[in-house]
Amino acid sequence: MARVVIDRVSIAFQSSEGVPRIAVAETNLDIADGDFVCLLGPSGCGKSTLLNVVGGLVCASTGVIMVDGREVVDPGPDRGMVFQNYSLYPWLTIRDNVEFGPKINGWPPERRRETSLDLLNLVGLREFASEYPKALSGGMRQRVAIARALAMEPKVLLMDEPFGALDAQTRSRMQELLLDIWARRKTTVLFVTHDIEEAIFLADRVLVMSAQPGQIMADFRIELPRPRSADIVASEEFTSYRRDVLHMLRH
Amino acid sequence: MNPDVPLRVPASASPDAAPASPVKRDRRSASHKLSRYLRPRASLSPREGWIISAVGVALFFALWIAVTSGGFIQPFFLPSPAAVATRLVSMLYTDGFLIDIWASAYRILGGFLIAAALAVPIGVLMGNFRFFQALFEPLFGAARYMPASAFIPLLIIWLGIDEGQKISVVFLGVFFPLTLMIADASSTVSKDIVNSAYTLGASSMQVFFRVLIPASTPAIVDALRITVGLAWTYVIVAELVGAQRGMGIAILQAQRFLLTDQVIAGIISVGVLGVITDVGFRIAHRRLFPYMY
Repeated sequence: MARVVIDRVSIAFQSSEGVPRIAVAETNLDIADGDFVCLLGPSGCGKSTLLNVVGGLVCASTGVIMVDGREVVDPGPDRGMVFQNYSLYPWLTIRDNVEFGPKINGWPPERRRETSLDLLNLVGLREFASEYPKALSGGMRQRVAIARALAMEPKVLLMDEPFGALDAQTRSRMQELLLDIWARRKTTVLFVTHDIEEAIFLADRVLVMSAQPGQIMADFRIELPRPRSADIVASEEFTSYRRDVLHMLRH
Repeated sequence: MNPDVPLRVPASASPDAAPASPVKRDRRSASHKLSRYLRPRASLSPREGWIISAVGVALFFALWIAVTSGGFIQPFFLPSPAAVATRLVSMLYTDGFLIDIWASAYRILGGFLIAAALAVPIGVLMGNFRFFQALFEPLFGAARYMPASAFIPLLIIWLGIDEGQKISVVFLGVFFPLTLMIADASSTVSKDIVNSAYTLGASSMQVFFRVLIPASTPAIVDALRITVGLAWTYVIVAELVGAQRGMGIAILQAQRFLLTDQVIAGIISVGVLGVITDVGFRIAHRRLFPYMY
């Protein structure tokens, strides 16, 4: 039921000269429950800003955002976020990182523990539960960040270039893992990336954004069969999607 | 440099690509080793590091011994290391130098603890709330440039020349820079970890106490370590006026009696105690924040 509706949302920032700079022009968007949607665009096109508005971290200048029928006014655990630089709490163990949300929301200890161990199993890090983040590689840290965001059972998962800092092989494995998690959890996902192949591989819908001002130029529905594995990128259908999306971006 | 020895690393290799300390024992020539030492950002094994440090200290003492025993300088101006060491021993055993050390340590402890007790909360507030930053920043920014030693005459008028005045000098010397360093440490906590806490449902209070405070604590302890060095400097200055005991007055009195060896022994003692404090803080840092190492 976690439909995301972006209704006439625009975002402007006050620049130093006093003239507002429009980061995202008026945008309308309707994301169906359980959809995996990628926001694709060049740096500075406002895709992360739009994501942050859905997350409640940035205020829209106009318009409203509804998640599951409720207007977004501030950040909340119904919209889990994953950031590019992992943003784990270095002073907490992996398990305590995952349990951070449940703990501050006053869950009883047994339920917290059960949830965190379930999630660490899901992301394949059960044996690292009592390590500190520093001991983990980038890909493993991002898996912890995903588990931490999922702990609060969010209706929407907002991901801001989560695999941008990872090497190609790790990135590919993480993409498969994410699709696997998504298939099990059935959360709506809004995923920001500047990588065309990543967007097509993951998404049901790819929204192509252009810069200055940021706006959605095209809306591709990706009909590739699921479950998808990494070899799908070599298929003719995939190549054809990539050609179309690339054409839009170069436009 | 021996031209026959091939360069171990191609010139194009970036400093970051410098290999970690070699596992095998390095049997290459000394000139080769030297060229590696002079490559920017090249790594050094812990053992090599210790040896080079020891060589540096040994060179300093060798130079000191050479200059003094070679008769280039009269002992009155620069006594030999042995003379200074002998004097230090007699200061400790017969002149009650330990009482002076304790008197200084007590003043540092007092001034530093009061400064820390005030600087930590104010600095944390300044670093995390624009309101407090706007409120305090102009005052602290200006006060930082006012030398604590210049306050000594004023403090004598206000407090006389007893302990309170000396502790106040240490306090003034530490408080302003410490507050600003803590404010800086608090404000550099990454926005993303704050935002991630908000998206997990944390309230402002929870973000402050469960994210911002633990995230900045290691840097705050580091700020304490750096500023305790300032405390050692200011306690000596404070004791130059109206102190009965203390390392500062011990040095000043030695100067009055032209006991150069005692002056140098006093100065070196301050340095050694400063290093001990620093090492103590570093050990505490490792113990308190094992997740960083």
